[in-house]
Amino acid sequence: MTLSEKAEEILEALWIAIVEDGDNAAHLTTLAVAADDEALQELDRLAYVEVKGERVYLRQEGRADARMAVRRHRLAERLMMDILDLKGITGDERACEFEHLLRLGVDTKLCTLLNHPTTCPHGKPIPPGECCEAARARGETGVVALTELKAGECGEIAYLSTTDSKKMQKLMSMGVLPGNNLRLSRTYPTFIFKVGNSEFAVDDELAREIFVRKI
Amino acid sequence: MSSSTTHHEVRKIVLVGNPNVGKSVLFNALTGAYTTVSNYPGTSVEVSRGHCDIGGHRCEVLDTPGMYALLPITEEERVARKILLEEDPFVVVHVLDGRNIERMLPMTLQLIEAGLPVMLVVNILDEAERIGMSIDVTLLQEKLGIPVIGAAMARKRGLSEIRAAIDGFDSDHRARFGYSSDLERDILKVALLMHGEYLLDRRALALLLLQKDEEIQERVRMRESGETGAIDKAVNEIVFERRVDLHLRISLERKRICKGLLDGVVTQREGEGPTLAERLSAWTMNPWTGFPLLLVVLYFGLFKFVGGFGAGTIVDLLEGSLFEEIINPWVIGLADRFLTWSWLHELMVGEYGIFTLGVRYAVAIVLPIVGTFFIAFSVIEDTGYFPRLAMLVDRIFKKIGLNGRAVIPMVLGFGCDTMATIVTRTLETVRERVIATVLLALAIPCSAQLGVILGLLSEVPGALVVWSLSLSLVFLVIGFLAARLVPGERAMFYMEIPPLRLPQVRNVLVKTLTRMQWYFLEIFPLFIIASVLLWAGKLTGALDWLVKAMTPAMYALGLPADVAPAFIFGFFRRDFGAAGLYDLQTSGLLNPVQLTVAAVTLTLFVPCVAQFLVMQKERGWKVSIGIFVFVTLLAFSSGWVLNQLLLLTGVLS
Repeated sequence: MTLSEKAEEILEALWIAIVEDGDNAAHLTTLAVAADDEALQELDRLAYVEVKGERVYLRQEGRADARMAVRRHRLAERLMMDILDLKGITGDERACEFEHLLRLGVDTKLCTLLNHPTTCPHGKPIPPGECCEAARARGETGVVALTELKAGECGEIAYLSTTDSKKMQKLMSMGVLPGNNLRLSRTYPTFIFKVGNSEFAVDDELAREIFVRKI
Repeated sequence: MSSSTTHHEVRKIVLVGNPNVGKSVLFNALTGAYTTVSNYPGTSVEVSRGHCDIGGHRCEVLDTPGMYALLPITEEERVARKILLEEDPFVVVHVLDGRNIERMLPMTLQLIEAGLPVMLVVNILDEAERIGMSIDVTLLQEKLGIPVIGAAMARKRGLSEIRAAIDGFDSDHRARFGYSSDLERDILKVALLMHGEYLLDRRALALLLLQKDEEIQERVRMRESGETGAIDKAVNEIVFERRVDLHLRISLERKRICKGLLDGVVTQREGEGPTLAERLSAWTMNPWTGFPLLLVVLYFGLFKFVGGFGAGTIVDLLEGSLFEEIINPWVIGLADRFLTWSWLHELMVGEYGIFTLGVRYAVAIVLPIVGTFFIAFSVIEDTGYFPRLAMLVDRIFKKIGLNGRAVIPMVLGFGCDTMATIVTRTLETVRERVIATVLLALAIPCSAQLGVILGLLSEVPGALVVWSLSLSLVFLVIGFLAARLVPGERAMFYMEIPPLRLPQVRNVLVKTLTRMQWYFLEIFPLFIIASVLLWAGKLTGALDWLVKAMTPAMYALGLPADVAPAFIFGFFRRDFGAAGLYDLQTSGLLNPVQLTVAAVTLTLFVPCVAQFLVMQKERGWKVSIGIFVFVTLLAFSSGWVLNQLLLLTGVLS
């Protein structure tokens, strides 16, 4: 059974109001729906929500779906921002359309591709899915930007994400090449790392574009 | 490209390689001439040329700025590659750092692939051995198919082998490498469309075209007499096909080839714990220990050595004892006897006389200060401290529109702003170069000026503090504004951090001497010209007129009219102006507030003639005149504000 798009959005808004903002219910105006709204009635039928007067309560039965709806929305936002490079209003709008496609395991695939992000571009938490828990249990770190490494840690360079080909060439000619190992020795005031026998300093902007697999 | 030996009367030897691998040391060893060697990437901005005889042949040696790859990114790299594109070398000597052979060998491949007559020098073997690496040079030579020589140039190890290899170099023998077949097919597709005459191998050019190298595109267009439609089409198609990973693919292919080449050549013994140098290096890069260390370096290097020893002890000795007591009276006596025409007497030994003003200032005041500065600078430079300083201040410099890289021109500016303005070339974006040029012109006093001003202000308690604060404030505020107002792309900071090394005495001395020689040749004529102009001005009354014209400005700053000549001198040499203040101070014409205001305004005021000329050369008329006007206005308004503030608050009076 799949929920309608509108119903998913109501669940998201409820989750944010109740779980994140700590309210016990959400007002109809907050959800921007009328009491006789079709989507709301759909949720009511499933016993996901309970409408008392002007206020809508999220029932235990609806929590799991609400959580996943929020998760899909924020994963979609990450996708827009990190991979498709759509920022601001456009990114948000596209994310709203896109989130509804992330079902039947597509969200898991996307989450893995994005390396199990924990926050959306606006800094809100992304509720972890099963894939995140499994990765955590296996201790996988996946591929992270150099900025995520701590001083003293080593990593194998996985890829460079820069769009500027000049920068890319510079990094590559310095020996920052996929497959090479690096060892980070400082993170402040700039990132200092060693590749082979040479030491390099790069600023955070550049460090953000070097992706490594922790070892 | 081939049979170059027969064409050459003088054989050209071109030295290329990554920055900081010892090209300049090899150049000096080969030619006996001297180019500046340092432990700082990107020191050789210009190409040095020298001559030597090898095996009875006259050779011209060219030392190029460091380059990371055949595809240039910075200005220095472009300069270096231009040499390879335009000169017809007998042999190209690729110098690399043995410790990083794996990373630098891909460039050897690129040079070979370009069809250049390449020879490889694996340098810095001593340090490589110290960290437990051993490199089988003979095996590498066999695998590469070109002459390979192991060396440690700083210890003169391998020099005779290099000379022998150059002498016996067979330029018709070329090695060859292949990429994977699909890449080769694409390269060939483009190369076969090129029909013009080229110095470099078409395969290499095709590969550069595929990497969208604009300079090569331009050259190919010229050689193909504009008929590049087919080439462009083929290039664009391939570039689109491989849009995802072309650059990466090429690098990885080269890495793969190098890995195969180095298999069995390099063996690494397990290293011991961190050495003292490594530990010290870590301290310099940690802000908690790095900034105190910086203060120590500044205190001993700049304040004690340059300010105290150079501007104090030596200047006193030369100026006070030698000139005032012995030379000047003698010269003036001579003049009194032989130069009976009063205009000539004035010209030689008068108030602004060539000898009494020009020579005395140049030799007794400026030279010791600049000399000690360059010694301190060279020592610090050779230890490899500057890249560490660069990473330390990167965050601060980002706020003023520069990045850590700009630390070198800025520090060098404290020695000579003119030299520093030339060195701004090593910055990557035009925006940074402009900002750095403005800041150098405005707020960085050169050593000569600094020395005189330190001596001048240290007599008045508090003046030095006010002066430093005012300058730092102007530096930061203008930098901060420039960062917001100057258009252009923001550069990122990345830099190789060389190991800390103990500077070698000979190297430091020779380098200091070269810099002093440059400086002296540059300024001495200006001192003389300045004297002559001032003398002529005095004689014709033009000086009086200028002084009178500047008087209102002086009064507005609360200064006596007598300070005006110091400002006019200031334009001929910044330090000249400061030295003028020095004279006024000794004759008791300035009170503490006036002295401080004059010193601040003068420091900010227009750079000297030489710096202006270099600015014009590097940045063009429009920008340089803009900077000139801006700096003048800002200097005087800052002076005015400072004067009002000091009078209002009663500080210093």
